[in-house]
Amino acid sequence: MSRHGPVVLDAGQRHPVRLALNGRTVSGEAEPRMLLHDFLRHVLGATGTHVGCEHGICGACTVQIDGVPARACLTFAVQADGAEIRTVEGLAPAADRLSVLQEAFRTHHGLQCGFCTPGILMTLDALLRERPNCDEAEVRDALSGHLCRCTGYAPIVKAALAAAEALRETDHA
Amino acid sequence: MALDLHARNGDEAGWVGQSIPRVEDAALLAGRGRFIDDLGTPPGTLHAAILRSPHAHASIERIDTAAARAMPGVAAVLTGAELQGLTSSLVVGVKAPVECWPMAIDRVRYVGEPVAVAVAADRYLAEDALDAIEVRYAPLPAVVAPLDALADGAPLLHEGFPGNLASDRSFSYGDPDAAFASAPHRIGVAVEYPRSACTPIETYGVVAEYDPALDAYDVLANFQGPFSIHAVMARALRVPGNRLRLRTPPDSGGSFGVKQGVFPYVVVIAVAARLAGCPVKWIEDRMEHLAGAVSATNRSTRLQAAVAEDGRILALDWDQIEDCGAHLRAPEPATLYRMHGNMTGAYAIRNVRIRNRVVVTNKLPTGLNRGFGGPQIYFPLERLISRIAATLGLDPLDVVRRNLVPADAFPYRTATGALLDSGDYAAALEAALRDGGHAGLLARRAQARAEGRLYGIGYAAVVEPSVSNMGYITTVLTAAERRRAGPKNGAQATATIALDPGGTVSVHVASVPQGQGHRTVLGQVVADVFGLRPADIRVITEMDTAKDAWSIASGNYSSRFAPAVAGAAWIAATRLRERLARVAAVQLNARPDELVFAAGKVFSPGNPGNAVAFSRLAATGHWAPATLPEDVEQPLRETAFWTPPQLGAPNDADEVNSSLCHGFIFDFCGAEVDRDTGAIRLDRYVTMHDCGRILHPGMVAGQVTGGFAHALGAALLEEQSYGPDGSLLTGTLADYLIPTAMEVPEPVILHYETPSPFTPLGAKGVGEGNTMSTPVCIANAVADALGLVDIQLPLLPSRLSEALHGAEPSSPRREARPPPAAPGERALFGSGHAEVDAAPEQLWAMLLDPDRLARVVPGAHNVQRMDETRFKAEVTLGIGPVRGRYRAEIALSDLDAPRSVTLSGSVDGVLGFGRGRGRLRLEPVGPTRTALTYDYEAAVGGKVASIGGRLLDGAARVIIGQFFASLAAQASGRRPSLWRRLLRLFRRRA
Ligand code: FES
Ligand code: FES
Repeated sequence: MSRHGPVVLDAGQRHPVRLALNGRTVSGEAEPRMLLHDFLRHVLGATGTHVGCEHGICGACTVQIDGVPARACLTFAVQADGAEIRTVEGLAPAADRLSVLQEAFRTHHGLQCGFCTPGILMTLDALLRERPNCDEAEVRDALSGHLCRCTGYAPIVKAALAAAEALRETDHA
Repeated sequence: MALDLHARNGDEAGWVGQSIPRVEDAALLAGRGRFIDDLGTPPGTLHAAILRSPHAHASIERIDTAAARAMPGVAAVLTGAELQGLTSSLVVGVKAPVECWPMAIDRVRYVGEPVAVAVAADRYLAEDALDAIEVRYAPLPAVVAPLDALADGAPLLHEGFPGNLASDRSFSYGDPDAAFASAPHRIGVAVEYPRSACTPIETYGVVAEYDPALDAYDVLANFQGPFSIHAVMARALRVPGNRLRLRTPPDSGGSFGVKQGVFPYVVVIAVAARLAGCPVKWIEDRMEHLAGAVSATNRSTRLQAAVAEDGRILALDWDQIEDCGAHLRAPEPATLYRMHGNMTGAYAIRNVRIRNRVVVTNKLPTGLNRGFGGPQIYFPLERLISRIAATLGLDPLDVVRRNLVPADAFPYRTATGALLDSGDYAAALEAALRDGGHAGLLARRAQARAEGRLYGIGYAAVVEPSVSNMGYITTVLTAAERRRAGPKNGAQATATIALDPGGTVSVHVASVPQGQGHRTVLGQVVADVFGLRPADIRVITEMDTAKDAWSIASGNYSSRFAPAVAGAAWIAATRLRERLARVAAVQLNARPDELVFAAGKVFSPGNPGNAVAFSRLAATGHWAPATLPEDVEQPLRETAFWTPPQLGAPNDADEVNSSLCHGFIFDFCGAEVDRDTGAIRLDRYVTMHDCGRILHPGMVAGQVTGGFAHALGAALLEEQSYGPDGSLLTGTLADYLIPTAMEVPEPVILHYETPSPFTPLGAKGVGEGNTMSTPVCIANAVADALGLVDIQLPLLPSRLSEALHGAEPSSPRREARPPPAAPGERALFGSGHAEVDAAPEQLWAMLLDPDRLARVVPGAHNVQRMDETRFKAEVTLGIGPVRGRYRAEIALSDLDAPRSVTLSGSVDGVLGFGRGRGRLRLEPVGPTRTALTYDYEAAVGGKVASIGGRLLDGAARVIIGQFFASLAAQASGRRPSLWRRLLRLFRRRA
C-alpha cells in the first residue's frame, strides 16, 4: 500500500518504484504483480537475496523492510515503494570487511552452500538489534522461520550467540 | 599408499588437519555468491516455464498451443512431439524395449511430468502462456505402491516392462541354503522404506544456447555430476560429446545428490533454445521441484536372517523391491546396487542370498539423494539386529559385537565382494560407549521408566561406502550381458595445478562443490605440498567440459572429494614439486631430495640461508626455459588422473567392490515419546565416525551435523507422499516438512581414525553416513520405548498413536456418507443453508439462465454457452499458495422447478483438476424469501490436492459461500457491497 492513500494500479502497466536500498535511493519499474525479490534481483541487480520457495516457508528471501524482517517473496515490489529496504549486501561495514555477525558465521562454520544464509543473516541482524541479550532458545525461535539443508543449524546457533556476545562486549567497551 | 604429507616440507604442523576459515565464506556472507540465477545471461535470453501434468496417469488426447503462441512476448511453445523430433530417448537403466523421454509424449505417468514448455520474454509472461495451453487428458488408473505394481491386473506403465517389472535378479554368495537349513533361529523384518528427497534450498537452473552453424549446444546448469551423464545428454541431444559444452556456475546452493537430476531438464531447455533461436533460461520453482525434480527410492524389503543361539548371524536373505517411479532413467537402478558390496553392513556374514526387483509406479522418477541406497538397506539390517536381540533375549550391543568384522581381518573382503579398507569396529564401538556417555544413558532410561515415562535407547552400526565404483551399476546385468557390453569400472579423479609467470599457484578440479568448501581444503592440501599458505593458492572448482580435464566420475557425489579429488590434487602438486626441486637443485647446488619447501622458500635444511623464493622458482619455466635441466619436464602445469586399482568390474560370480572406502559409524541415542501427543524428543544422540584421516575438522563436523539433520527429517517428518490415485500430497514446503532449528538437536560427534590405505591422503568419505545410521537408530530407540515389533518411517505422531492409544474408531460420519472421490483423491463434502430475499421462482429463473448463473460462479470469466443447460467458463481461483486459472464445465440436471436442481461440473487446469456435484433445494419461507439448502461432494486432484486438507475444506466453504452470496445478490437485485453481510448468513452444517 502506498504511503499516500489508496492508489489504483493498472495490472498491465509498469509502475515506478522508488526505494532506499541499503541507504541508497534506487528506482525501477514493476508491474503490480512483480514480487519484491524479482525486483531486487532482476530489476535492481541486487542478487544477494535468494529465493528458495516463493511461498513463504524457507526464509531465504528475507530482507528488512523499514527495519523489520519480511519475506520478499510475499511482498509485491510496488508495496515497497518509498520503503527502506536492507538486504545482505548492506550488512558489511566495508567491501573488504565483514560485520560482527558475518564474521561469527565464518568462524563457526555457520554456512556451507550459503544459499539460505542471506535470509538468516537478515533475521539475526534484526534479532541482535532488538534483543541484544537473547539466549539460545530465542535464537532458535527466530531461526525457526528459516530452512537450511546443509548445516543442521547447530553452527548457526553458535555463530549467532557468539555474535551477540561480541556485540555486547563492544557496546560495553 | 597413504603418504606422509609433511615429511618433505619440513613443516610438521601443516595446514591439512586444521579448521581454517573457508575461502568461500566472505563472498557468500556478503551477498556476492555466484549462483546460477545470479549470473548475467547473454543479450536476448528468453525465459522458460514448464506446464506439468496434474494427473498421475493419463493419455494426452490433444494439446492446443495456438492461443499460447499468439500471446504477447511468447517466442515458442515446445511439446513432447516436437522434442521427440529433435532428440533421442534418454538412456534407460536396464536392457528393455522401453523409452524414456524428458517430457511426456502421448501419456503422462506422474504428477509433475513436463507436458509443454513456453518460452517468452520474461518468466511472468511464460507462465501466462502456460495458462493458455489447452491439454485434454483421458485419465487412466494409477499404481503407487511397489507391491501393488506387481499385482495381477495392475495398471501398466510401459509395455516394455511387463507387470511393471523392470528387472529381477537373484544372487547367492556362500551357502545360504545350508545356513538357513541348519540355523536354530530364523528372524526377519519387513520394511516399507518411504520416499524422501533432500530438497536443496536452491532449485535447479539451466541456461542453454544452440549454435546451428556448428550444431552445438552450450549449456550452463547447476548440475553436480557424475559426468558420465554428459554422454547421456549428448546422446539425447543427438550431438557428439564435443558438441555439448556443459558448464557449471561457481556456486551451487546445495545438492546432496539431487542436482544430478537436472539432466533431463538440460535436454528440454537445450531444445527449447534451439526452437526459440536464442538463449533460454529456466529456473525451477519450489513446487516444480517437489513434484518434478527427483526423489530417493522407496523400497519394500523382506530381510531374513539365519541366527545362532548366541546371536551370531549365519546368513542373510534379502528380498528387495525397488520403486524407481515412472521412468527408469539411467543411472537408476543404481540406488539398488550402490550398496551391493556391503549388504552385510559392518558384519562378518559369509552366506547371503539377494533377490532384487525393480518396479515402475506412477510417481516421480528417482535419482541420487544423500545416502543413495544406504538408508534403504541399513533400516532393515539394523532393525533386524534389534529384533534378534529382542527375540533371543540378548543385549543388542552383544549382538552387534558378536557379528562385527574383526579388527585383524582388514582389508576384509565381504561375501558380496566389497573390500573394506580399514577399521577397528569393535574398538570404535567401545570408545563411543565410553566417551559418549552410554552408562549415563542407561541410567536415564531406568529413571524415566521408573517414573512411568516412555523412554528407549537405539543403536546402529553401519559401514559408509564412498568413492563409488563406476562399474557397480552393471551388477544389474547378468555376467553374459556385462561381457557383451564391455567392462565398466574405476573412479577417475582429476586435478590440474598450474604455475603462472608470476610464480603463483592455481588449482582446478572437476569436483563441482555444492557448499562443501572444496576450495578451502584444496588450498590446504596444495599449500602443504609447496610450503605456501592456503591464501596463496587460487582454486577453481566450477566445470567447463570444453576446457577442463574431466572424466565420467567427475562431479560431487558418493562423498568422493576428500578421498579421491583432494588426493588427485596432492598427486599433481607433488609431481610438480619434484620437478621444481630438480630445477632448484641446480640453482642451489644441492640434491633435489634434500630440498625443503617451506615458508614460501626452497632450501636445504643444512643451509637455510642458501634459498630461492618459491615464486621465483615457479616462474622459471615461463621466463627462462633454457635454464631448465635437460631431463626435467616443463614445470608449468600438471594434470593428474587418479583411479584406484581396487575398483574392478563385477566378476562372473557377481561379486563387486562397489566403493573404494568404507567408513564406520556407530550411533546410539536416547529418545522419549510423549504419551499423550506421540511427539518424539531426542534426549541424546551420539555418533562415532571412522572417516579415515580428517583434512578439515570443522568441515567434517559440518558434514556430520548436516547429514544428521537430513536423517532426522527422514526419521521424524519427511515423506514425499502420494495418494492411492497418485496425487502428490506434499507439493509445497508447508506439506513436505523439513526440520527447522526447533527440531534438530546437536549430536555428540566422536572420531576414531584409521586412515584408508587405498587413498592418497588416507581420507574416506563422511557426508552421507548419518543418513544411513540415524533413521534406524532413532526408530530402534522408539521401538524400545514403546515395545514395538514393527516400526515404519517417518515416525509421525499419527503413526504412533495406535501404539499409544489403540486403534482409532472409524468416523461414523464417514461411514454414513462415503466420499465420492476415487481412492486417494482429495474428497470434499459438506452442506449448508442460506436465506435469500427473493422468491423461489426468481431464483429458479436465474439458475436456468446460464449467463446469469455464470455471473455468480466465483472467479468466472470468458463464459461460453454450450446448450440450454451446459456452459463452459474460465475460472480463476486462489487456494492458499495455489492460485490458478481453470477451465470449467458446468451442467444443470434433475430439474424440478422451482424446487430443486443438481449442478455438476468439472474443472481442469495447470494446478489441478476436480469434479463435483451439488444438490440445491429452494423452499419459500415467506412471499419474497427463500431458504436454500445445499449439499455437495467433490473430488480434487493435482497440485491443488497437495494443499493441506483443512485449508482445502476451508477454501471450498468460502468459494461455495461466495457462490450463494452472489446468487442471493443477483436474485434480489442487491449490489455486491452487501455480499459481506449476506455471507454472515451462511452457516456450516456439515
Ligand atoms: S523464498 Fe520467500 S520464504 Fe522461501
Ligand atoms: S548453508 Fe546451504 S542451505 Fe543453509
